[in-house]
Amino acid sequence: MMAARFLLRRAVPALRHARCYADAPAAQMSFTFASPTQVFFKEASVKQIDVPTLTGAFGILPAHVPTLQVLRPGVVTVFNDDGSSTKYFVSSGSVTVNADSSVQLLAEEAVPLDSLDLTMAKANLEKAQSELVGVSGEAARAEVLISMEASEAIVKALE
Amino acid sequence: MFARTCAAVFLPQCGQVRNMATLKDITIRLKSIKNIQKITKSMKMVAAAKYSRAERALKPARVYGTGTMALYEKADIKAPEDKNKHLIIGVSSDRGLCGAIHSSVAKAMKREIAKLSGAGKEVMIVNVGDKLRGLLYRTHGKHILINCKEVGRKPPSFTDASVIATELLNSGYEFDQGSIVFNRFRSVISYKTDEKPLFSLDTVASSENMGIYDDIDADVLRNYQEFALVNIIYFGLKESTTSEQSARMTAMDSASKNASEMIDKLTLTFNRTRQAVITKELIEIISGAAALV
Repeated sequence: MMAARFLLRRAVPALRHARCYADAPAAQMSFTFASPTQVFFKEASVKQIDVPTLTGAFGILPAHVPTLQVLRPGVVTVFNDDGSSTKYFVSSGSVTVNADSSVQLLAEEAVPLDSLDLTMAKANLEKAQSELVGVSGEAARAEVLISMEASEAIVKALE
Repeated sequence: MFARTCAAVFLPQCGQVRNMATLKDITIRLKSIKNIQKITKSMKMVAAAKYSRAERALKPARVYGTGTMALYEKADIKAPEDKNKHLIIGVSSDRGLCGAIHSSVAKAMKREIAKLSGAGKEVMIVNVGDKLRGLLYRTHGKHILINCKEVGRKPPSFTDASVIATELLNSGYEFDQGSIVFNRFRSVISYKTDEKPLFSLDTVASSENMGIYDDIDADVLRNYQEFALVNIIYFGLKESTTSEQSARMTAMDSASKNASEMIDKLTLTFNRTRQAVITKELIEIISGAAALV
């Protein structure tokens, strides 16, 4: 029995090795996530990314079909290789998935979710809603609608 | 006879003959060069501070810019050769005293315009920076579409790039293909004038490799293209500012060194002149005293 346990212990590391080599870089994703002022990920290898786009939220895994999308205000969740996940709030931007499984997520403004304050976000939302009542003119109305959408998304993300 | 010798004695010293400059002239010159050296030294320190800030901001901007252009490179998008409307965006700034920054961008733009006009294409240019306008409006004035001022005073932001892009899109010039000319930052002492391509909506939509990209409709592609345009302009602005500040630092540094050299030479001349004046006075006194004896 001791011999069996010893053999098992010897065998397991070999198995782990085999598994590592099987996960060859063919299916790795090179993920770049940046805003004009800050780089969050540069050609990093991650497991999955959830992005909010104009056509709906979807998740990107390695070997996703190539696509181009435009982002809407919302939360981007990045699942790292070790299982942990980090959330960021993005205001707008674009995401590109190329044929070689590289993903470029370029956000106009992106902040980690914990740096946002719920009370301030609620206050901004109320201010935007009250502005919507009294605004006139196409451009001004569009601006107020944009700020409302962004504030709503922040509040939803923080709750 | 007496009158003639008297006239000869009182002949004035000035005239076309260039004598050794008087002490007063040298003093004035020395003071002005010392002032200039102070100014160039302080300009160098200001440029050094701005350069370090710009270089720090350039690091994320570079990742951002290469990420934007990754699509065009990976999908290998090339503009068809027979398209006629071209656009050149030249990125520079308003202020001078930075070496060959503005002239190198203007030279590259002039070369491009000549090449494209020779091939019969229509070219329009966008000048970001007043210096470019000054260099180009006389010879290529009819090609200028937009001029941008107040560039270079503050570090460029994403908002600035989006203002430029909005103006360009609102101008109504439907270009088929374009390029942005800017100074790419290589190191503190070197930069290179570089050109990156810009593609129009139609070129991207009709490119053959775009077929592999799934689920794209015209609206999404238009938004994507506009965003990419702003990103590329932002990238060009950031690189250009960093190159400009480093070039200004080097230029002001060599100006200060030249000024120091001139000050050293002038100080020597000043001392020699001073000694010559003293010697002359002594000779006069001595010869005067000798004449009395």
